[in-house]
Amino acid sequence: MTTAATGGVRATTRISATADGRGGTALPVLEGEGPLAPRRTRAVSGDEARVMLVGAMSGPLGGDHFTVAAAAGAGARLHVGSAAATIALPGQTKGGARYDVRLEVAAGGELRWLPEQLISAAGSELYVSSHIGLAPGARLVFREEQVLGRAGEEPGRLTSRLTVRLGGRPLLDQEVACGPGTPGGWDGPAVLGGHRALGQLLVVRPEYEKDVPEARLFGECAALTPLAGPAVLVTAVAGDALRLRRVLDEALAALG
Amino acid sequence: MTRAALLVLADGRFPAGGHAHSGGAEAAVRAGRITGTPELEDFCRGRLHTAGLVAAGLAAAAAAGMDPLELDAAADARTPSYALRGAARRLGRQLMRAARAAWPSGELDALARAFPKGAHQPVVLGLAARAAGLGPEDAAYCSAYESVSGPATATVRLLSLDPFDATGVLARLAPETDLVVRRAVEAARRAVDEGVDALPAASGPLSEIGAEGHAGWAVRLFAS
Repeated sequence: MTTAATGGVRATTRISATADGRGGTALPVLEGEGPLAPRRTRAVSGDEARVMLVGAMSGPLGGDHFTVAAAAGAGARLHVGSAAATIALPGQTKGGARYDVRLEVAAGGELRWLPEQLISAAGSELYVSSHIGLAPGARLVFREEQVLGRAGEEPGRLTSRLTVRLGGRPLLDQEVACGPGTPGGWDGPAVLGGHRALGQLLVVRPEYEKDVPEARLFGECAALTPLAGPAVLVTAVAGDALRLRRVLDEALAALG
Repeated sequence: MTRAALLVLADGRFPAGGHAHSGGAEAAVRAGRITGTPELEDFCRGRLHTAGLVAAGLAAAAAAGMDPLELDAAADARTPSYALRGAARRLGRQLMRAARAAWPSGELDALARAFPKGAHQPVVLGLAARAAGLGPEDAAYCSAYESVSGPATATVRLLSLDPFDATGVLARLAPETDLVVRRAVEAARRAVDEGVDALPAASGPLSEIGAEGHAGWAVRLFAS
């Protein structure tokens, strides 16, 4: 972790999981400090390694640049969660904060990326960029949830881009932008319609190559749709974080 | 090139099947999210900066001569909704027929052969503009404008809205349409050098969700 010339914090967290040769998953790389310290926790199932991201500082604040890079090798099963929600806050320096997520999964590897929500607090400005590279035969569960403002608060400015490639080909590329200063209509009936929580759940499974689940709705504000590849995406909006999580959990359970 | 070709391509009466689609307006009307002119304007503005920007970027890149197969894959990745991918390909196929009749071109023929069931409409539109001797900016204008003119005309039918009011919405959105076209063309220029990831990927969650619901209705006025 370093403090950049702009006054912001630059911090990188790296997690690498490999098969340990005895049916389990080893974590040869587990490094990072400050805002995003990775801690190994007890896994629920025997062959999986579970990592919790623990934030020892608040932020990201304006001017900060956080990076989390995680990789699951062939035969490795990695589950990454976070101990608490991430709150984007305004900083003392001008300019926005950046949060980069870089995920790689090898053929026969599995990554379950299930962090807590990202909350965009009033006055904050954050650009999130998530790049996921999957080899053919990789398995992925990826959830992201954004909450616009803390309770009763106006949101900050948030832009979040999710780019997923499978075998080098684009599988999913989506950007949501919301909050003051964003091009118009973001809160209108084509985009968020006044909802203050939005989320996506991406599930990639090699067996979907042959048989992918059909499109369906979960209530009026969430839909599951098969992508042009062995994957499904659940898109949801909700009044608050709790209701959003409930519908994403329901969708994940329905996929079995 | 002839400037009038732009009018032919952008004309709502160009026989490319666009009139059968509401650009998500029918689902939004049924859900009670569009009830009159102010909501229509908000809907169109959101759509312009999301689906409109993405379509304009793809069309501009195709008009600039980027590989249409790569652009079609980029369009798939930017259209998670299964229903909307189907609609985009059906519209692409219809536009292809009209464009090949209007401006015969080897590039259009090759794309039609590669996608017998239709390529994504903005990619076809970009190639059609190219075949007509038009440029990336022209193609982006067609796409961006279409993203709002479709819902506006559809809402006139769905809500019996005064057509003068709907046209007023489109006129008020004109300066923002210029802005979106500039962003799209700039992104397409970068994409020529850096690849398709440089193209816009803006999305509207409610539009994506609404499209999946709409596709399941037994009776509907519009195809999407």
